Amino acid sequence: MADLATVVARLAPSPAPAATAPGPPLWLLLELTYKCPLHCAFCYNPTNYVAGTGPELDTADWIRVLREARAMGAVQLGLSGGEPLTRDDLEVIVAEAHQLGFYTNLITSGVGLNEPRIRALKDAGLDHIQLSFQDSTKELNDFLSSTRTFDLKSKVAALIKQYEFPMVLNVVLHRLNIDHVEEILEMAHKLGAEYVELANSQYYGWAFHNRDQLLPSREQVQRAEAVMQRFRERVGSSMRIFFVVPDYFENRPKPCMNGLGSIFLTITPDGTALPCHAARMLPGLQFPNVRDTGVSDIWLKSTGFTHFRGDAWMKEPCRSCPEKSKDFGGCRCQAFLLTGDAANADPVCALSPHHHLVTEAVAKASQPQSNQPLVVEKPLVFRTDRNSSTLFPCKH
Amino acid sequence: MSEVTVDVASIPAVGRGFRLQWEPAQNAHVLLYPEGMIKLNGSAGEIMKRCDGIASIAQITADLERAFAAKGLTNDVVGFVRIAVEKSWLTLQP
Repeated sequence: MADLATVVARLAPSPAPAATAPGPPLWLLLELTYKCPLHCAFCYNPTNYVAGTGPELDTADWIRVLREARAMGAVQLGLSGGEPLTRDDLEVIVAEAHQLGFYTNLITSGVGLNEPRIRALKDAGLDHIQLSFQDSTKELNDFLSSTRTFDLKSKVAALIKQYEFPMVLNVVLHRLNIDHVEEILEMAHKLGAEYVELANSQYYGWAFHNRDQLLPSREQVQRAEAVMQRFRERVGSSMRIFFVVPDYFENRPKPCMNGLGSIFLTITPDGTALPCHAARMLPGLQFPNVRDTGVSDIWLKSTGFTHFRGDAWMKEPCRSCPEKSKDFGGCRCQAFLLTGDAANADPVCALSPHHHLVTEAVAKASQPQSNQPLVVEKPLVFRTDRNSSTLFPCKH
Repeated sequence: MSEVTVDVASIPAVGRGFRLQWEPAQNAHVLLYPEGMIKLNGSAGEIMKRCDGIASIAQITADLERAFAAKGLTNDVVGFVRIAVEKSWLTLQP
């Protein structure tokens, strides 16, 4: 699915709300399920989703979450997963959300979106569909998702147009497909997408595990960006292209989630509330469950949402940095994943004493021998129940 | 792309895929679109909520001037609509 950091950047009001008066969770993301017919090697879902997470919420729980969050001022709703279409109550959830005044976004692989279902979703008031593709070619799409889904996705794209939904086409970019950006954009244009999101892979979950195989070289990134710019000039506003910055190649960190606990609230399939979809890894914080805690208390009182709100938690070099109100020190999860301390500066930042961890990974990816995508020493680990259970058997 | 022609006879409507609504929590009109939101300031909200695909810019302007006891708003309204059309927030009726 989309890189939500960018999505949030587009949504974010500026400047960020002050720590003393948190604004509402404007963006509510419901991960309805971890079940997914695809097995993408760059999925951001937790690698231990089989052993480390509880049973899925039922319809009544989701409806209660919708009502509580909307009452606080939540307005954008993402329905994601896993594949949200595997839930047979999706239409019920959409109908309730629409009636409450949410703008409803379905974030889907397209698998399971047949004509009766898309009609039912239209009737329920669904506003928009984001459809993921893995590549412009059948071969690579099917390889990367470890399924045969390319033809099906093309049919689904036609259905989305037929039912007059605005369509965002999302393609996660990485070393194996980034050289196909031109073809990917041509495909999107032909399919009639109003928006295309070229989401350079961000390295969490399965993507972090497969980072050595997925990280492109700097030359690949620069070529892709140039191609994208030319295409953007050619098609103008008929198709808007969002290029999610590959943050490993930057010197300044991304303003991840507009700061944790600022506008974004995720509820995972088992009801755990998180300030971003990857935050479950952050140690020492309370991430309450919506089965027993109200959304307002979660947002305003639990440390999972209050601890990194504002800038009181910051250490140097962030604390005295003039850009701290712009980038919020970058991504807490990336800081934790790479340095072991979530309060450190995001190592993407050139001012971070850990910046070498990122530049070394990029340097390694730019070595010529590693540009042979399918000849790798370590195989890509696809996101499957079996891999999750055998490779990541622990709860944490 | 050629410049959009917007004049007092133009009839604007909220663009396809966009939805305009009042949000009490933000004390503002917001424009919602796929995975995004634009928080409108007071003037933009007042103009956009009158863009119903029926009223012309001349009628919208007259209504605003009446509601706010103001005069000479035509250029402001035309200017806003032109920007909004470029951004696809509004479309003009054929």
